[in-house]
Amino acid sequence: MAEKMELNEIEVWDGNYAASQALRQAQVDVVSAYPITPSTPIVENYGAYVANGYVDGEFVMVESEHAAMSGCIGAAAAGGRVATATSSQGFMLMIEVLYQASGMRLPIVLTVVNRAIASPLNVRGDHGDMYAGRDSGWVQIDAFNAQEAYDLTLCAFKIGEDMDVRLPVMVHQDGFVTSHTAQNVKPLSDDDAYNFVGKYQPYEEMLDFTKAVTYGAQTEEDWHYEHKAKQHKALMDSRDVIDRVFAEYKELTGREYNRVEKYFMDDAEVAIVALGSAVETARYAAEELRAEGIKAGVVAPRCFRPFAFDGIREALENVKAVSTLDRSCPMGAMGTLFNEVSAALYTTEKRPLVSNYIYGLGGRDFSVAEAKRIFKEQKAHADAGHITTPIQQFSGLRGPKLGFFETKRGN
Amino acid sequence: MAITSIKNLKEFSTANERFEGAHLLCPGCAHSMIVRELMNATDDNLVLASATGCLEVCTAVYPYTSWDTSWIHIGFENSATAVSGAEAMYKARKRKGTLKDPDAPVKFVAFGGDGATYDIGFQWLSGAVERGHDFTYICLDNENYANTGGQRSSSTPIGANTSTAQAGRVSYGKKQKKKDMVAIMAANGAKYSAQLAPNKWKIMAKGFQKALETEGPCFINTVSACTTEWKFNPKDTIHITDLATDTLMFPVYEIIDGHELNILYRPKNIIPVEEYLAAQGRYKHLFKPENKHVIERIQKDIDAKWEYLQRREEARV
Repeated sequence: MAEKMELNEIEVWDGNYAASQALRQAQVDVVSAYPITPSTPIVENYGAYVANGYVDGEFVMVESEHAAMSGCIGAAAAGGRVATATSSQGFMLMIEVLYQASGMRLPIVLTVVNRAIASPLNVRGDHGDMYAGRDSGWVQIDAFNAQEAYDLTLCAFKIGEDMDVRLPVMVHQDGFVTSHTAQNVKPLSDDDAYNFVGKYQPYEEMLDFTKAVTYGAQTEEDWHYEHKAKQHKALMDSRDVIDRVFAEYKELTGREYNRVEKYFMDDAEVAIVALGSAVETARYAAEELRAEGIKAGVVAPRCFRPFAFDGIREALENVKAVSTLDRSCPMGAMGTLFNEVSAALYTTEKRPLVSNYIYGLGGRDFSVAEAKRIFKEQKAHADAGHITTPIQQFSGLRGPKLGFFETKRGN
Repeated sequence: MAITSIKNLKEFSTANERFEGAHLLCPGCAHSMIVRELMNATDDNLVLASATGCLEVCTAVYPYTSWDTSWIHIGFENSATAVSGAEAMYKARKRKGTLKDPDAPVKFVAFGGDGATYDIGFQWLSGAVERGHDFTYICLDNENYANTGGQRSSSTPIGANTSTAQAGRVSYGKKQKKKDMVAIMAANGAKYSAQLAPNKWKIMAKGFQKALETEGPCFINTVSACTTEWKFNPKDTIHITDLATDTLMFPVYEIIDGHELNILYRPKNIIPVEEYLAAQGRYKHLFKPENKHVIERIQKDIDAKWEYLQRREEARV
């Protein structure tokens, strides 16, 4: 029986420690992992909990991230709670197996500490890895600070393991800015946290020998399509469960989470859409601009997947201009947030002006001043009635300005 | 509990029915014989993993399955890791008391072809053995990537013709020697590492039982004659395998705890390797005069290996 840990009402934790505490409180049965900066402390901490009797689980240190996720799949199919952590190159090495985890409908929790993807090699935070996971069939939830990394990791188990979902879940946080920055975090007691997550419910498990199970079958053109469509539907349908889990969590803690987070959006004229720690920067900038009379607001998809097409539309349909901020280089296209937000807004009556910033690659700082500048630029678009700059621009880039595509389309 | 009495093949072959006869493996493929033997060698519950390959694609085509036990396939490289994870979960759940039947013994077995074992999954297998999981890995060694039409692997012997190491006007086929996985796995920390062959079915069944009863990681390389890519008549699978063991192309032996080597089968009459090579289409080109040196080289390698195995056995180190 695992020892309980006495926690203070307010702890000073960084994002990594917060995530690892959530893994401990959920009493994960198997962590199969391979360390990589900046997510390493999550699995190190889990190892420390094992070594000191704070969890009863098995800690399997494998020889690569591909093996880490492979071990998670074998463990999850054997009917228990499973989690691991990774970043960047490790995430890329895992990708083959991420698809297999979701295809087999195994509720594994992966805490992803977002980091840039080489080459050139870079250990700092951007969203290249998160974006690379977007078609992998996982629920992808994004935390913007350490408290959220803790809260949402607990929620992740409950969402993924719900009998109506049974899908793997990633919880993202920004490398270093969130993972290594100590902040005040209000944890739950061990009992409250475990009771919220609940006992793991095995389903079609390999260790129940009264019924044979085959995991990872072959399907060709006769059945593959139906399997994939069902998987897509399960991910789409997980929206209701996510809402329900967030509502339960609010009841327990008072902390509110939504699939689309809105800040100052009731009367916003201009908006920024972003993910990760930049959301907090943009909120701060919006607050300052409100004092200057600019009606700025911030929209953040809490769930990158399933993407809240309707929630985004509803949040932004009344603004005049919106800048979508992508912290991943789209390499020959518009940014992903731009594409998805634009698609949602195309179905609205008013069709706000949508432009795109690429920013913060490889950990380049994103400042309040820069967020304010972007808001003001949106105001200029709104006042002119059309986008006055290239549609895609680069924020904080040294050297000559870089921009692509123009439009004179007004409202 | 393992089945202890192995008297006759008929009784043994019907001891358990956990691998269904309905599958899509080629007629004459030795894979199914080996898998059936493994599954009949124990009465314990089995958690099995298969790497992508012939065995996997031929036994679990939705909505059918040949596996009347727990079975998982993830990818080409990671069957050893799949059972590692399952075995870790078994330990955790046993400790926590969440297993449905906590007292029933369970064995964990991973299968892979030589492509999965010698090449793409080498690292995954090495990691699982090093970590010491209680499992048995069985390589169904047919010396090529048969599932994708017969490309070379690092298990393909020197001189064999494959689609990616072709014999032609100026080439005698594969230039490199076969990798020695039994020795590698013994050095890697396998508690039991062996090479077994389905024609010697009693020895094979005993070897399987030894591996399953041994606590810790075990590795068994099994000779799996491939009618399609070795190019012989499907009815001759066991005949070809007899030639493989009796020419000593595939010596049957075990290494316990990384050092104690025992030869498990000594042919009464050692047959020259020509006879084994001549029986298969993949070696046809070696009988051209300009390739005679390759046959000589193969014979020399066999003799040296046999000498080595005997000395290792005598030395008891």
